Amino acid sequence: MNSAVMSNISASGVDAEKLAQLAQGMEGLTAAQLYWVAAWSAAQAAQAQRGSPASVVVAASAVDRLTILYGSQTGNAKRIAEQLARRSEAAGGPVRLLRADAYPQRELAQESHLLLVISTQGDGEPPDDARGLFEFIAGKRAPKLPSLRFAVLGLGDSSYPQFCVIGRQLDQRLAELGGTRFAPLGEADVEVEAVATPWAEHALEQARELLKQPGQPARVVALHAVPSRSSHSREQPFTANVLANQCIVASGSLRDVRHVELSLEGSGLRYEPGDAVGVWPCNPPVLVEQWLDALQFDGAQEVTHQGRPLPLRQWLGREREITRLHRGFIAALAAAGSHDELTQLLQPEQSARLAAILTSDQPIDLLRRYPAAWQPQALVAALRPLSPRLYSIASSPKAVGEEVHLTVAVVDYEAHGGTHWGAASSLLAATDEDGRLQIFIEPNERFRLPGDASRDIIMIGPGTGVAPFRAFVQERRESAASGRNWLFFGNRHFANDFLYQVEWQQALKDGSLHRLDLAFSRDGSRKIYVQDRLREHGAELYAWLQNGAHLYVCGDSAHMAKDVHAALIEVITTHGKQSPDDAKAWLNELLQQGRYARDVY
Amino acid sequence: MPATCTDMTTTLSDFERIKADSNYLRGTIAEGLADPVTGAISDDDNKLLKFHGSYLQDDRDLREERRRQKLEPAYAFMLRARLPSGVVTPAQWLVFDCIAREYANGTLRITTRQTFQWHGIIKRQLKPTIAAIHAALASTIAACGDVVRNVVSTANPIESAAHAEAYAWATRLSAELAPKTAAYHEIWLDGEQLVGKADRVEEREPLYGTTYLPRKFKIGLAIPPLNDIDVFAQDLGLIAIIEQDVLRGFNVAVGGGMGATHGDPTTYPRLASVIGFVTPEQLFAVAETAVSIQRDWGNRSERKHARLKYTLDHRGLDAFKTELESRLGFTLEPARAHRFEHNGDRYGWVEGHDGRWHLTLHIESGRLADVGERRWLTGLRELAQVHDGDFRMTCNQNVIVADVAAADRAHIDAIVHEHGLDGYLQQSGIRRHALACVALPTCGLAMAESERYLPGLLPKLEQLLDHHGLADAPILLRLSGCPNGCSRPYLGEIALVGRGPGRYDLRLGADFSGQRLNQIYRENVDEAAILSALDPLFAHYANERAFGEGFGDFLLRSGELATPVSRQIAVQVLA
Repeated sequence: MNSAVMSNISASGVDAEKLAQLAQGMEGLTAAQLYWVAAWSAAQAAQAQRGSPASVVVAASAVDRLTILYGSQTGNAKRIAEQLARRSEAAGGPVRLLRADAYPQRELAQESHLLLVISTQGDGEPPDDARGLFEFIAGKRAPKLPSLRFAVLGLGDSSYPQFCVIGRQLDQRLAELGGTRFAPLGEADVEVEAVATPWAEHALEQARELLKQPGQPARVVALHAVPSRSSHSREQPFTANVLANQCIVASGSLRDVRHVELSLEGSGLRYEPGDAVGVWPCNPPVLVEQWLDALQFDGAQEVTHQGRPLPLRQWLGREREITRLHRGFIAALAAAGSHDELTQLLQPEQSARLAAILTSDQPIDLLRRYPAAWQPQALVAALRPLSPRLYSIASSPKAVGEEVHLTVAVVDYEAHGGTHWGAASSLLAATDEDGRLQIFIEPNERFRLPGDASRDIIMIGPGTGVAPFRAFVQERRESAASGRNWLFFGNRHFANDFLYQVEWQQALKDGSLHRLDLAFSRDGSRKIYVQDRLREHGAELYAWLQNGAHLYVCGDSAHMAKDVHAALIEVITTHGKQSPDDAKAWLNELLQQGRYARDVY
Repeated sequence: MPATCTDMTTTLSDFERIKADSNYLRGTIAEGLADPVTGAISDDDNKLLKFHGSYLQDDRDLREERRRQKLEPAYAFMLRARLPSGVVTPAQWLVFDCIAREYANGTLRITTRQTFQWHGIIKRQLKPTIAAIHAALASTIAACGDVVRNVVSTANPIESAAHAEAYAWATRLSAELAPKTAAYHEIWLDGEQLVGKADRVEEREPLYGTTYLPRKFKIGLAIPPLNDIDVFAQDLGLIAIIEQDVLRGFNVAVGGGMGATHGDPTTYPRLASVIGFVTPEQLFAVAETAVSIQRDWGNRSERKHARLKYTLDHRGLDAFKTELESRLGFTLEPARAHRFEHNGDRYGWVEGHDGRWHLTLHIESGRLADVGERRWLTGLRELAQVHDGDFRMTCNQNVIVADVAAADRAHIDAIVHEHGLDGYLQQSGIRRHALACVALPTCGLAMAESERYLPGLLPKLEQLLDHHGLADAPILLRLSGCPNGCSRPYLGEIALVGRGPGRYDLRLGADFSGQRLNQIYRENVDEAAILSALDPLFAHYANERAFGEGFGDFLLRSGELATPVSRQIAVQVLA
């Protein structure tokens, strides 16, 4: 351990002897292991602050415990994994729960019972916190696993063609390495619990059978302080008053972007910069009527699904997803209308076409294009339950008190001869300033400001991806953090789309923002994007990173995050005089360490 | 080194510090232009930018909306050309038109000082725009700021020999009295960097020094009998004396100015005082010396009192004349006879002494734009494409298609008609004599609408006038959004000076030739009050006017208005 760091730490009140013991104990640990120790210590500290007795990890031996690992981008996989751990613990099974990047990879060879919950991002990418583990297992250095019993639960979104592909690949690879499944691969769609709950029941039962010995009850180690002690959750959302709902692009903009302020008063909800707010949407009433028209259905007729009788209009308006197309709906439509063309579309060789349609079309487009004799019950069953929309929080509670601010791009575009809406964003757009929204907090531990406030941060957030960085800058200003803050922002036009322009100008003036580099793609003859600015300022960017800066990216995953990643590799290659492979490895290491964090969607 | 101000008992205004620290008008303009975070530049730089012919404005219609959107105001720059005597070649016109469409808000604005200004140029386009103007052999330097502004002269194409001479003098004065700093070339034209060569500093601004003038300085040259430039509204007015077709020299008038502040009686419009006659050979020395006295004597503490008119009233006209003659080393001859007939434009075709023709078109508020049937911007562009003479802007915001062969008239007329530019043929007298400043939404000083109000106000006035049989009566109407006086409102027979949204001071009683100021008739009133005040006056005028008697003259003769007692009209020198 670096002696300069040691001396800094000793200044914070730990006596030299204790420190020496700690240093000795940690000698030889890898970077990932050290981070795990750090996270574990943080959890201890948080528990100590809450006044509950400090919990200690019981190092049960590998043979008699269940290891649950999760890789999570938006928090779903983490939530499911935590539920699994709680249920397993409640049943008396020894269990340890770890985030994938906190798992010491060399232990895999000795692992006996492994349960993996992992999501698939965008076009088939693992979540950032599981990149290392995924590469390790998929790579040549993975050990043979003859004694491993495992089960994988994949999470995904069937509106993407590469649905659950990471879960599938891990499941297959672990079997290749000699492992034996104790439960078949589970593939959960956006309505996670519908698949996850029965799967978990089965998998845990199998695990209990295998483990048999009751042993000591183990304790679950939370890797973070639980930020919220509110009774509100995803399932029991808080009804928040809308305090402000302001368009923050100029009238000449082609987009509608809203700054929304919600009151958390009385909710007990707590959040930190980096977290997201989940908003339970309802569908645009106009769209519901369009569905009823297209299908020639009476909205008042009662439809019973899963034992719940509701008027069809309510099913479509409040219960089902009608703005997002998914594979299952296409399959149901193909069957209901005997449309061979659609059946063909679902074949593997058509995946590119399917992907295009999933991106460009909404269900209403297909309903109109492919008439079918639907039964109302079958229709409701073919549609996925409405799921909450997540928005990165754009405020720091230190700055705004019992409020939470969001930056919402209103999805509303013309295509196929009609207006297309997004569910939550159009709801927000239509919500008056005295309206209410059903919300919950979705923590994102992977997207946190550095614990060391003297670290510099580099924030890359074009478009509404700038939202968490408004929170970061507020937080760093309020806490008088000494590290420098550098923001890269981009959008279409300077005059119309410079989100929070006046606030950034103020932040530059008051010193809470140190650098702001801008890329407005449609202002010049040549399109300029944030990644171009990264290259332009590569030397300095590299110097900041060398100096220990943390790097954050938020926004579009389909193009921006990839282009930014490529630009970063280029910057490191050019200015760090490294080979592209070394640059990639270094960036991956930063990802593992949490110094390079992404919140992309 | 010019002598410093000798009348300085109070502290210098902040503007003086900015000029002094600016390193000859550089300031941090270049850095401000490069700052991508804002469409604005700093306040200090904006003050310096005026000297370069531009200033920062914002669309005031959008100000509140953008504040709520957490966006800065919709900043854009006004850019004004320096076009001595308002002469523009067709080739220049095409460039200016292109700039209007490519860089600005799609319109060209003819000012009351015979030049073009463009609105809505965003920051990153400012430099290429100025470069384009430069490439068209024009400039924007000193079109605004505390310097000698664009020199205007009578847009008289008929007496072309006299006009040519007047134009030559105006051009020379404009060129020689322009700032000499290299900052303009450096900032806008990637010119040679001359910063830091301290030994050359004094060479650079021999007339102005480091702090330039206390305030703007306007020079205008009129050729009687036309006073289309309002020579008595100039800081330095020159009245050409032509005898037997020979330019003998100029009567010199000093201390005119329009600006005032509401509710501050220490500020006022003033007509220039005639102090003598100079020969053409003496003209430049007289002009330069007058400027130098104002440089040294003008008030640098209080910008509201910094124009030459206040210097004269403070120090006395005689003291000024004595100082002028002392610095010149000779005395001025007594003023010679001159006579002005009117201060408007002559619309339609007129034939010059050489058989060439000139067409004056009426451009309402000087705004060339394509709006519905009125495709004026396009029309002028098409004229510029076929015309082989030149164009001349007038101080009444109009344009003259000058120097046309008789054979080409029909073609010109066809283009004029096709684009709705032939309104001058049937317009009412008041419409043909209306001026309006820009005001909202771009002008930061405006308190009320002006240019945008004129199209709504005129039909109402026309209806009243028509009712009294006065549809053809030529009446000078001048609208101003504030009391600063760009549209020379104090010389309107009827003038509205903005007080607040929809409210104006109604001023009446100027003459028809720019030689008598008007006076307040109703203070801070709305449109209904304005119309009901004018209605009986129009009736009275219709019934009792003498032949050829102007509305303003009538109001005084009939006793509707009291004869002004103070700050009387400039003396008209008669033979």
